[in-house]
Amino acid sequence: MALRLTSTSRVPGRPMSNVRTIHRLYIGGAFPRAASGRTFDVLGPDGALLASAALAAGRDVRDAVVAARAAFPAWSRAAGYDRGQALYRVAEVMDDHRDQFVVQLWRSTGGTPDAACAEVDAAVDRWTWYAGWADKITQVRGTVNPVAGAFGTISLPEPVGVTAVLAPQDSALLGLVSVLAPAIVSGNTAVLVASERYPLLAMGFAEALAAAALPAGVVNVLTGEVAEISPWLAAHQDVNAIDLAGAPGALADDLAVAAAGNLKRVVRFVDPDWTAEPGLERMFATLETKTIWHPLLSS
Amino acid sequence: MRFEYGSAPEGGSRITLRGSYGLFIGGEFVSGSSVFKTISPATEEVLAEVTHGTTEDVDRGVAAARLAYERTWSMMPGKDRAKYLLRIARRLKERAGELAVLESLDSGKPIRQTRDVDLPLAIAHFYYHAGWADKLAYAGFAGNAAFSARPLGVVGQVIGWSSPLLMLAWKIAPALACGNTVVLKPAETTPLTALAFAEICAEAGLPPGVVNIVTGDGLAGQLVAGHPGIDKVAFTGSPEVGKEIAKSAALWGKRLTLELGGTSANIVCADADIDAAAQGIVEGVFVRQGHACCASSRVFVEAPAFDDLVAAVRCRMSALRSGDPLDESTDIGAVNSNAQLDNIIELARAAEADGAVRWSTPGTVPDRGFWFPPTMFTAVSDEHRIAREELSWPVLTVSEFTTREEVVERINSTRYGLSAGVWTPDSAQSAWVAARLRAGVVWVNSFGRLDPAVPFGGFQESGLGREGGRHGLEAYLDLPGTGTADV
Repeated sequence: MALRLTSTSRVPGRPMSNVRTIHRLYIGGAFPRAASGRTFDVLGPDGALLASAALAAGRDVRDAVVAARAAFPAWSRAAGYDRGQALYRVAEVMDDHRDQFVVQLWRSTGGTPDAACAEVDAAVDRWTWYAGWADKITQVRGTVNPVAGAFGTISLPEPVGVTAVLAPQDSALLGLVSVLAPAIVSGNTAVLVASERYPLLAMGFAEALAAAALPAGVVNVLTGEVAEISPWLAAHQDVNAIDLAGAPGALADDLAVAAAGNLKRVVRFVDPDWTAEPGLERMFATLETKTIWHPLLSS
Repeated sequence: MRFEYGSAPEGGSRITLRGSYGLFIGGEFVSGSSVFKTISPATEEVLAEVTHGTTEDVDRGVAAARLAYERTWSMMPGKDRAKYLLRIARRLKERAGELAVLESLDSGKPIRQTRDVDLPLAIAHFYYHAGWADKLAYAGFAGNAAFSARPLGVVGQVIGWSSPLLMLAWKIAPALACGNTVVLKPAETTPLTALAFAEICAEAGLPPGVVNIVTGDGLAGQLVAGHPGIDKVAFTGSPEVGKEIAKSAALWGKRLTLELGGTSANIVCADADIDAAAQGIVEGVFVRQGHACCASSRVFVEAPAFDDLVAAVRCRMSALRSGDPLDESTDIGAVNSNAQLDNIIELARAAEADGAVRWSTPGTVPDRGFWFPPTMFTAVSDEHRIAREELSWPVLTVSEFTTREEVVERINSTRYGLSAGVWTPDSAQSAWVAARLRAGVVWVNSFGRLDPAVPFGGFQESGLGREGGRHGLEAYLDLPGTGTADV
């Protein structure tokens, strides 16, 4: 068994809800129904009904982007150390509720209980790995530039703003944290579109974010049909970047074209291996570089 | 054809123009099917005939670049690529005086700018990137031991008219250093220094096809940017065209960098040294003409300093001399083309109709050529087109602000985010403002400086990716995930 994150059980800021039969969306720190009131059935690997999930559409996208934009100034300006603390708390809540995640993952995906345990542990480790980057990415990504003339110049990474993150369809929990964490660790806020097959894991994860008291709006989670939700995000003028991990090829091409309308930064990797150490590229993809020039005394 | 430029400092040197230029493809000049004339915007005199690149020409250019990529350039050790870049840099240096004159003639920029700013920077870009060619493995990308710095392939580059040779250097130097080959389309109105650069490539013995120059109009640019045989597009130009290129690149799965300009802002705080700020703004905006993409500057002045700043700027603007770009005492040259002159006249008229107050420097402009006097608008609202759109010519719009929160919000409310200046001796204040502006470059108590070691590029709709510095290499290397698509 993997080394657990905490040696003592912590008391979450708010208990995670145990079992919902009708799941909701996660927008601005609250758990609203879809604006249309629509839901869809979530089936297990054996075809049995597991629960109902909210079926999000354009209005929910709009609300989620508004919430993400509202959260951006405070989250992006927070000290890297403080963002790191907030993200470590999420990892602790996940770890505390390890058994719940394992059961949910196993019920949703099938496979063996051991495989489910291993994926939950890997997801906690992945989230913890990214959390530590919050106060380090600036040093790795930034530069001090040697220029001609009496000027000091530095180039610093800055978050692009609101990111739309399409969670991978096939990797229910590890894939989800592997695309969400790199977007928000540097100060972006996110609208996450859950895997169509595994929305319950995404909503379980949203419960963990709420229980860990991650500031409202930093992450917003939509469940439903990717082909219905994602075009709204790709065309949205107040979304600054889009990660296409969860879009199948032809849809991803369409979304990339729509994203050009306001020059969203498009994050697109081919055949990612979610179990491999991630590297830095996914974090870099939602960072801008700002250069600041200061005159120096010349003699 | 020969041009006298007696008052320019290169003394007795002359430039030699051929009457007619072909396209530079596969290491030699080849003729095309039709030609157009490039003129001096200061006199409307015809300088040379230049070839219109057609679909077949672009095909030939891309094929030559592909062959050179596969047979020589991508296989060559970095240290050898570095030597070619050093040769080019050396040749540019040797021909700098002549190139500065050529640039001023063809673009209308004053000789002091081309000679003292554009040429030294263009040369520096080649020296800087020559040094990277054999050090890419040490550039610190990807944190991945398995990573080897691979080039992308054939790069299509389309550049603008504001600093033609400098922009060419921005595009070609890093592309070649990283092992790519290039098809470059210079602006329709300023092809001559790119063609002179083609001669320099030949003089430097650069393997044929590594650099190809296809001249022509916007259609030729579309052909280069949209060619299925290229792996990456790098474009400098208008936001509208940039977005179209972004769509086509997304469709074809090509890598992309865009440098699209937009408005830039100068913030003058009440405690600023008003004379220094006025000098810096006039110098940075009018005289250096930045890059023209940093030129359409909105000036925001904290209310108590407004009158003083406007008076100080007006005083300095009055001292600017418009005239012959080749004359050393000229501060302001000619507008690059008739179309751009029409554009700026139209925007100025619209601003006046909307209630903005126009002040232009007194004096007359020459009868021939394209001229617009240094101009400042006050009583400008943030909604005026002149405050929101990228202009093709330096114009100041000056408005007041009351709090730093307000001014930052107003500046950040545009779709763009290229550059900004902050004027205050209070370093806590300037740091506060610089941290919050959504802009790719912020100059504190200065404006418009550039350097090859510095990444340059915009936030939001001002662009995509960075050019220059270590960051700029990423645009020309096959790194996962950061492009429009991995293919």
